[in-house]
Amino acid sequence: MSDIRIDAISKSFGPTQVLKDVSLAIEAGEFVAVLGPSGCGKTTLLRCLAGFEQLDGGHIAIGGETVSAPRAHVPPERRGIGVVFQNYALWPHMSVAQNVAYGLKIAGIPRAERMKRVSRVLDLVALGPLANRRPADLSGGQRQRVALARCLAMESRVVLLDEPLANLDVHLRGALEEEFAAFHARSGATMFYITHDQAEALALADRVAVMNAGRILQFDRPEALFSQPASETVAGFIGEGRVLEAEDIRPLGNGRAAASLMGQTVELRCAPGERARGRAKISFHPGDLQLTETQGIAANVTRATYRGAYLRAEVMAGPGGHVPLSVNIAAPASLTRGQRITLALRDGWVIPDAAA
Amino acid sequence: MSLTETLSKRPLRALRLPRWLTGEAALMLALVLFVGVLSIAPLARLAWAALVPQGQFDASRIADILGGRRVVGATLNTIWISVAATCLATVAGTLAALLTTLTDMRARTLWVFGFVLPLMIPPQVTALAWVQAFSPSSPVLGALGLSLPPGTRHPLYSMGGIIFLLGLYNAPLVFLSVRASLQRLPASLVEAAHSNGAGRGAVIRDIILPLIRGGVFAGAALAFVSSIGNFGIQAMLGIPARVETLITMIYRRLNSYGPSALNDMALLALLLAVLTVIGMTLTAWLGRKGDQRVDSAHRAPRMTLGPWQWPVGLAAWGYLLVCLALPLSALFAAALVRGYGQPLNAETITFENFANALFHHKGIREAFVTSFWITCTTVAVLIPVAVALGYVLTWRRGWVAKLLRLASELAYALPGIIIGVAMILFFLRPLPFIGTGLYGTVWVILAAYFSNFLALALRPILGGYAQIDRALDEAAQLAGAGIFTRLRTIILPSVAPAATAAGILVFMTAINEIQTSVLLVSSRAQTIGPMIIFLEEAGSSTLAAAVGCLMVLLVLALMGLSLVFGRRLPEGVLPWRD
Repeated sequence: MSDIRIDAISKSFGPTQVLKDVSLAIEAGEFVAVLGPSGCGKTTLLRCLAGFEQLDGGHIAIGGETVSAPRAHVPPERRGIGVVFQNYALWPHMSVAQNVAYGLKIAGIPRAERMKRVSRVLDLVALGPLANRRPADLSGGQRQRVALARCLAMESRVVLLDEPLANLDVHLRGALEEEFAAFHARSGATMFYITHDQAEALALADRVAVMNAGRILQFDRPEALFSQPASETVAGFIGEGRVLEAEDIRPLGNGRAAASLMGQTVELRCAPGERARGRAKISFHPGDLQLTETQGIAANVTRATYRGAYLRAEVMAGPGGHVPLSVNIAAPASLTRGQRITLALRDGWVIPDAAA
Repeated sequence: MSLTETLSKRPLRALRLPRWLTGEAALMLALVLFVGVLSIAPLARLAWAALVPQGQFDASRIADILGGRRVVGATLNTIWISVAATCLATVAGTLAALLTTLTDMRARTLWVFGFVLPLMIPPQVTALAWVQAFSPSSPVLGALGLSLPPGTRHPLYSMGGIIFLLGLYNAPLVFLSVRASLQRLPASLVEAAHSNGAGRGAVIRDIILPLIRGGVFAGAALAFVSSIGNFGIQAMLGIPARVETLITMIYRRLNSYGPSALNDMALLALLLAVLTVIGMTLTAWLGRKGDQRVDSAHRAPRMTLGPWQWPVGLAAWGYLLVCLALPLSALFAAALVRGYGQPLNAETITFENFANALFHHKGIREAFVTSFWITCTTVAVLIPVAVALGYVLTWRRGWVAKLLRLASELAYALPGIIIGVAMILFFLRPLPFIGTGLYGTVWVILAAYFSNFLALALRPILGGYAQIDRALDEAAQLAGAGIFTRLRTIILPSVAPAATAAGILVFMTAINEIQTSVLLVSSRAQTIGPMIIFLEEAGSSTLAAAVGCLMVLLVLALMGLSLVFGRRLPEGVLPWRD
């Protein structure tokens, strides 16, 4: 089995603590993404898992066996973990086939068996005809596939991916996201994917861990992160989320609550245990706001931009006209600067009280 | 069968080593032992002998020795000579770098080759060539009727002569450092100054010089270290001129009194080491003060010489003529006549000296063979060690890595003669378990070469490591490869060009080495480097000149070979390549 248990690990470089009490329980065969801004400690977390960094506290177990703890450290070469590096780390002096075969050679697998496995793996990622090329003669996408083939050949039960799409053109990314999904289905390996791009994380992962300043903020399914963020930070980070303060929260039962937002009564989703509160933070997304003919939040359009499928409007809302909001309005629509509109909030989420 | 099963069923290769001693721990231990036994232990022994010779610290003995009239005089001479030579080298090297990097001077590549060449010629040969340049047989001065009349004092046998030669000899070091700075200078900074109305002089004074200041001082620090520790020139000119420096004093006293003078000479060696470190630190500090970092440039600035093309070119080539053609032609002329002072013409020309040097003189032949095989051994041992050491220094943290870095940097800075004294002290007594000492054998010289040239081999290799992505090593580690497998299959192919360049540099330096071996040679073990001094001291000037010519030819041949076959070698490592 290859489940990963990360238990309260911490890591410092000199005076700066990069990982603070990080815990994650990842099931065998799961595809997990770690999402966070640069400098949040996500790469350090990956390097701890791979064994390149020693822990200051806590421990990591893979498949029930402790691999990292302050006093016990299994070196990377004995962990059997595959890593796809950001810049792929293909050995420039070896051909594609030699790159893929290297780990098998180190493991002492006989030549015939090795060749068979390498050619099978290269066929799987459609690189069979390029087996004798050097990495320098490949395109970015092809290099990425060689890096994946290297993990496939080793039959690694755990594969770590360090921002693997960061160096690629936008139009290649979609194709390679598909490639990762196929790789996951084929290998059944536990995947641990580091990225700062939330679209990638939400599209690929079974569960996403949102990380900031060395801590895990929330570890949940993508749709839960989007619609039920556990904190203001997560709410603001995912999907252009907007956080506002609402008043007079009254649970209605069945996971719904009424609240007062800018003087208007709105109905929102809430956690099952939500209690009546005088004030609470609520979160919603630009698409949750709609134009309405009836009663609603008055707003003043300051900027409108055409985005193809929808029209994006920046507005100043509320009785005082000083709350900036972003609104997505389905096409066809037309708004002009200075126009006065009325908005209705169709959906929103009461962020649970952190102290409760 | 899955891979994890295959792995667990395979017996470990290093079955006999205890588990903690496999892989990196074993590598670290081996490196610490290598550096410890060959660098740290002898230097510690030197400091011990200098400060507590009979097991106790005696301040009055130290004061007596260091306060002696001759020691004070030699110390002041040493400081004055190395500071003045550093200034000369800095001015010449900086001018040359500005000229070749910033202007469109013609035939730059050839000129750079000629300018850097003196650095590759062993200093004792340079000194001999310059001494010959003023002799009546000199084809340049002799033909012009400018050679010295017999009986007059040789102008280079003086303090000024030593400074002059050390300055010329070390100018290429400053040149290389300044040129590297200039090549990083973005042209846009110069163009911006021009568009603000600054003329050429103003641009050089206000923009370029402040920005290359770090490079100038870094080069000056190297020139200082090289000047203060240069045995060849200080001995060849200083001993006949009776200008005593610390280096010549240590050499002469050890020659006259033998090991009985060792403890006192250890103290002088320590003093020389302290002076070196102070001078280097001071220069480096001056360079760092107000150092400006600029982003590396794709395009370096170029100025047109225009009407100045001819005068500047003339001056530049004239400089090379004086610094290269004058001494070297004299050296060859001296090697081609039967006796010192004979003019070279159809009647006096003879190849006897070359024949003697190559075939008939048993001492020279044996010295050459010894030099050759210990140089090859040094290269063969040091390059793998430097690759492994570079790995630790580049990618590993911790106190062991820091200690190794400090030790290797110290060995780079300290004059070779200090290593020589340290090696004598360390190997004088019989070794435990073997029973006989290594003193007086070729093995001490080999040990001194290992210690002395490790840093020289390390420099280009560290540059090579800076070029490769660490993830290449980490990916191999994840594939299950241990440290030695990775060094062999991943690292070595990646740093191979840098390692080759390092091997060439070490070979060229070690084959003619004089600084350490001059103290370590004995009747049983001779190397070719000090041979020139011994021949000259014994009065065989023409034979010495022939040996010197052969050394120059060897160096030229190696440089030429490296240019022909070295197209894949990294740029900026071999100094003579433009």
